[in-house]
Amino acid sequence: MFIVKYIKDIFGAVKSLSIGMKRTLYYFTHHKEIITQQYPDNKDTLVLPERFKGEVVMPHNENNEHRCTGCQACELACPNGTIKVIFKNDLTPEGKKKKAIDKLVYHLELCTMCNLCIEACPSDAIKMAQTFEHSVYDRSQLTKVLNNPGSKIMEGVE
Amino acid sequence: MWSFSNIADQIHEWLSSTFNPTWTLIIEMVIAGVCVIGLFAALGLVLVIMERKVSAWIQIRLGPNRVGPKGMFQSLADTLKLLVKEGMTPNGADKFLFNLAPFIAMIVAMLLFAPIAFARDFQLWDLNIGVLYVSAVSSIMVISILMAGWSSNNKYSLMGAMRSGAQIVSYELSAGLSILAIVVFTGSLSVPDIVRSQADGWWIFKGHIPAIIAFIIFLIAVTAETNRAPFDLAEAESELTAGFHTEYSGMKFALFFLAEYMNVFIVCAIGATLFLGGWMPFHIGNWEGFNHAMDWIPSSVWFFGKTFFLIFVIMWFRWTFPRLRIDQLLNLEWKYLLPISMFNILLATLMAIMGWHF
Repeated sequence: MFIVKYIKDIFGAVKSLSIGMKRTLYYFTHHKEIITQQYPDNKDTLVLPERFKGEVVMPHNENNEHRCTGCQACELACPNGTIKVIFKNDLTPEGKKKKAIDKLVYHLELCTMCNLCIEACPSDAIKMAQTFEHSVYDRSQLTKVLNNPGSKIMEGVE
Repeated sequence: MWSFSNIADQIHEWLSSTFNPTWTLIIEMVIAGVCVIGLFAALGLVLVIMERKVSAWIQIRLGPNRVGPKGMFQSLADTLKLLVKEGMTPNGADKFLFNLAPFIAMIVAMLLFAPIAFARDFQLWDLNIGVLYVSAVSSIMVISILMAGWSSNNKYSLMGAMRSGAQIVSYELSAGLSILAIVVFTGSLSVPDIVRSQADGWWIFKGHIPAIIAFIIFLIAVTAETNRAPFDLAEAESELTAGFHTEYSGMKFALFFLAEYMNVFIVCAIGATLFLGGWMPFHIGNWEGFNHAMDWIPSSVWFFGKTFFLIFVIMWFRWTFPRLRIDQLLNLEWKYLLPISMFNILLATLMAIMGWHF
C-alpha cells in the first residue's frame, strides 16, 4: 500500500541518517582517532601505516647477496618504464656461463608507486620501502641502481 | 545581579538625564547599531573557527592548528587576508547590482537581529509579531542571491542562484508551518511572550510529539533556507565552482560568507527561542534546589548555549550528509516535509484546543 511505503520510507531515512550521525559524533568526540601526522614537527616519532609506499628497494643480506634472478618480470610489469634490467654473464663453479643482473636501474622520477613490480616479482627480490623524503637538487640523483656494487645472487634462488 | 537589561536601563537613564528625548533615541540607535556590528564581527570569527574545527574533528583531522594557541586565531588571519584582497568586478557584470548584492545579504542578516531576545528583558525591538517578522524578512535573502547570480554574467552563478530561488521558496513553507505549530501552542507571535510561555518547561518537552516533529522539520528546513550542506545547491562547490558567489572576491565575498553564518546564527536563535525556551533556564517540575541552581546561571548564557548547540547540530548535518540533487531536494520538501508539517499542525491545533499539553 502506498501510505505504508511512505511511512516506511520516512522511518528508514531517519534511521539511516541517525546511523551516519552516530558515526560522525563518535569521531567528533574521540580525538585519539585523528590520523593527521604533523610531519616536520614529529620527524623523530613519525609512524607510517604499513601500506605506505615510498620507493622500490632491493634488500640484501649480510653477505651482500640479493634474491634477484634477472627474470625481467618487474620490467615488463611496470606501466611507465621505471625499471631497466642490465645483464652480465657470471661463471658458475663448473665453468658454465650463467645469466645474472649487472645493474637493476630504477628511475624514481618516473615511478608512481603502483606496486605492480613488487606483485610481479616471483622471488621477492624487491619491496617497497617507507622512505619518502626524496627531494634532491639534481634530477640524475633520482636514477638509482638497486643492487649494491659487487653483490651476487643468493644461494638457492632460481 | 549583573545582567544585560540592567546595563541597558542604566545607559538609558544616564542618556535621558543628559540629553533631550530625540537625541537619546538617536544615540541609543547608534549604540545598538555598533553593538550589532560588533556582535557580527565576533560571531563571524567564532563561527568560522568553530565550523573548521568541527569539520576537522568529524573527518578525523586536526584542522587549523598553526595560528595562535591550537589555531584559534586562524579566522582572524583569514579576515585580514580577505580585507587586503582586491574586490574585483568582472567586465561583463552588471556593476551596480553586482556591488549591491553583498550589502543586501548583510542588511537582511542585520534586520533579523532586531526581534531576538538575547537575555532576560534584553531585546533590540520588542515587536508583537516578532516570529512573523523573522520569517518574512529572511525570505528577502533570496533576492540578494538572485541578484548576485544574475549580475555576475556567469552561467555557474546564474544556475546557483536559480537553484537557490527554487529551494528557498519551497523550504520557506515547511519552516513557516513548523514555527506555526509553536505559535498555535503559545497563542502569540511575540518573541518575549513565547519565551515567557516556556517558564514551566520548554515546548519541545511540553508539546509532546507535534513539537518534536515540528522541531525536526524546522531544523531540516532552516538548513535548506540558509543554503548549507546537504542542501548547499546554490554554491555546490563540486558542481558549480562556488555557485552564486563565483565571481566575488575580497571583502564582497567575505560579506556573503559572513551573512551565511549570521543567518545560521539567527535561525538557530529562533529555533532555540521557539523550541528550547530562549533564555529560560532548564527547570524540572518541583525540584526546588535544582531549579534554583539553574536560575543562578545568567540568562544570556542559557540563550547562547542553546543557540550554539543548534549551530553545532547544523554543522554536524553538514559534515555527515552528502549533497542532494535538485529534484531530490524538491521531492523531499513537497512530498515529505510539507504534508507531514500540514498534518502536524492539525495535530498541534487539536492538542492546543483540547489542552493536552502541560
